[in-house]
Amino acid sequence: MNDDGSEQTQEMDQYLREDRMPHIWCPGCGIGSVLHCFLSALVKTDIDADKVCVVSGIGCTGRAAGYVHLDSFHTTHGRAIPFATGLKLANPELQVVVFSGDGDLVAIGGNHLIHAARRNIDMTIICVNNFNYGMTGGQLGPTTPLDARTATSPSGNYERPFNIPYLAAASGATYVARWTSMHVRRLEQTINEALLKRGFKFIEVIAPCPTVYGRMNRQPTGMDQMRYYQENSVIQHGADPKDVDIDLNGKIIVGKFIDIDLPTYSDLQLRVEQKAFGPEESKGEAVKKKAATAASKSK
Amino acid sequence: MARRGPLVGEFFMNGDIACAEGGISAGCRFFAGYPITPATEVAERMAARLPEVGGTFIQMEDELGSMAAILGASWAGVKSMTSTSGPGFSLMMENLGLGIMLETPCVVANIQRAGPSTGLPTLTGQGDMMQARWGSHGPYSIIALCPSSPQECYYLTIKAFNLSEQYRLPVLVMADEIVGHMSEKVVIPPPEDIPLTPRRQPTTPPGEYVPFQPDEDLVPPMANAGDGYRFHVTGLTHDERGYPVMTAAAQDKLVRRLIDKIEVNKADIIEIEEDGTEDADVIVCSYGISARVSQYAVELARGEGIKVGMLRLITVWPFPEERIRQLARQTKTFIVPEINSGQIVLEVERCAGGKAETLLLPHMGGSAHRPETILEAIRSAVK
Ligand SMILES: Cc1ncc(C[n+]2csc(CCOP(=O)(O)OP(=O)(O)O)c2C)c(N)n1
Ligand code: SF4
Ligand SMILES: [Mg+2]
Repeated sequence: MNDDGSEQTQEMDQYLREDRMPHIWCPGCGIGSVLHCFLSALVKTDIDADKVCVVSGIGCTGRAAGYVHLDSFHTTHGRAIPFATGLKLANPELQVVVFSGDGDLVAIGGNHLIHAARRNIDMTIICVNNFNYGMTGGQLGPTTPLDARTATSPSGNYERPFNIPYLAAASGATYVARWTSMHVRRLEQTINEALLKRGFKFIEVIAPCPTVYGRMNRQPTGMDQMRYYQENSVIQHGADPKDVDIDLNGKIIVGKFIDIDLPTYSDLQLRVEQKAFGPEESKGEAVKKKAATAASKSK
Repeated sequence: MARRGPLVGEFFMNGDIACAEGGISAGCRFFAGYPITPATEVAERMAARLPEVGGTFIQMEDELGSMAAILGASWAGVKSMTSTSGPGFSLMMENLGLGIMLETPCVVANIQRAGPSTGLPTLTGQGDMMQARWGSHGPYSIIALCPSSPQECYYLTIKAFNLSEQYRLPVLVMADEIVGHMSEKVVIPPPEDIPLTPRRQPTTPPGEYVPFQPDEDLVPPMANAGDGYRFHVTGLTHDERGYPVMTAAAQDKLVRRLIDKIEVNKADIIEIEEDGTEDADVIVCSYGISARVSQYAVELARGEGIKVGMLRLITVWPFPEERIRQLARQTKTFIVPEINSGQIVLEVERCAGGKAETLLLPHMGGSAHRPETILEAIRSAVK
């Protein structure tokens, strides 16, 4: 815990790869402030940063893994979650955070999202939803609102979008929240809470992409989009996720929607193993032994 | 129920199960896979065995996820593998490339069936040999091993793990349905008699660790996630720090090394088996189940007084070019039986370089060659 702002900034800077600055994000892009919230949330936990792994897929958001001074993995488009699943299950001591975009997690990686949620694998997902594929020049994605213009819906989108919190909740996520990149303090608190909770935690962050999505939808600057969030966000903790769809330029219901405790994948796995083999040697001990063997081999 | 630990002794098991046991003996403690005939038994065996040795099994939602998960597990410091067949192998290609780019040790067993597409799910094929070499996009080198028996499924899976740790890349075990499903005696030695290659971990402290700075053999040491090294890895072209660099020069430097680390260490990697090749007029060159049928045909031909040699490729990639070049100067004809329309024959022909004739015996899949077909080809080659 650290209440002094300047000290906290310093501490956060340790988690940034200064030698990789400047970053690639456009002026007014919302991804940087979401990353900032993640790092400041992390600073405020007592989690050993050496045990934190950040896994990203591909996209503007996916570049986040490259800017954090933590063990970080920039993987393939859509496969951040299964990669993270391997990390977490192979070494349960790791704190695994997936930081990626809406297209990456919900379109090409959608299958992994629902299955990791169903399994309740202990990891935190931070999904930056800018309503489009920023990196490839602003095409429509599975979260693009109806009627929005994108590079591949030049006259307006006629595909119904996903309501991601509803999808995550229905798939079994035990923690589901949504904020916009304007809600920095609340977002930070939410990420902090999620990091300290066990289970599959899903946080959607609505964020501006002024360069492509904004330009095509009459919000050409980051400020325009922030103003839209300011005027249209409605905080509604505990809202039923099925009611939190977002229409083009419509209101954005934000808050914490789901926060329940269910056994994780590893808990259930352990239960079955103990039934099969008896409790004399728990999975945890086996895992520790395994880690010790790997380490001794390396010497 | 008691935990059995690694098995020791003589067993009657099929190639799939032997492959899984090879993984267990090699220290594999993470398996992610998706069921597919004829590789399913590998996954089923792992589901039963990994909990017994303190490992983790997960049945993923597809093969894209399986391949990604074993890469993640490997970065957590745990030896990992998956198994699949044709359609699943196709789905693994993108993340196989990620494994190459991130220099991630792991093993993929492909129990080949006949394709294309769903093809003959329960029947054999060897049609993925070029896919094993070139299936992921971009230039790279790969290691692929071809077992001809359950015993070799066991042994080559261990070897695959050792090579993957030594050279830091995914290594492929390219079996086929017949080898995967045939049951034979498999001898499993005691753990102390099985040499294992440990992960090459950094000797420098975290502040000084340069993740992709290679040792003399062009392979960089690998830190595990969670050990305090705070490294970054990316599938983008990167420098020795692991940071993306979007230039042709960085691409040249990185990709050349990824290829060269296999090419310069070929002598250590390649394993082939020769029988009577020295003074042979004709050499049958084959691999996997086709090599066993070939061996039988070779023995029949020798009974007829024909000077015929057998060259069995155990390592198929990297290809044993040098040896084929030498043999091409001594022999008149190479006969290449394979269960596809001609893949490895292209390599043999390239290396023979016109010094010896090359004859393909193709088979579209569903069964092995008949020994008489190969015998007939040997006879006509010496006519
Ligand atoms: C298999 C594959 N298909 C397509 C691409 C091209 N591609 C790169 S990023 C991207 C979309 C990213 O969208 P999103 O995840 O929303 O991230 P954003 O850029 O909006 O932050 C696509 C389609 C790719 N890299 N890999
Ligand atoms: S294209 Fe959009 S999402 Fe990508 S960096 Fe620019 S503003 Fe951000
Ligand atoms: Mg996006």
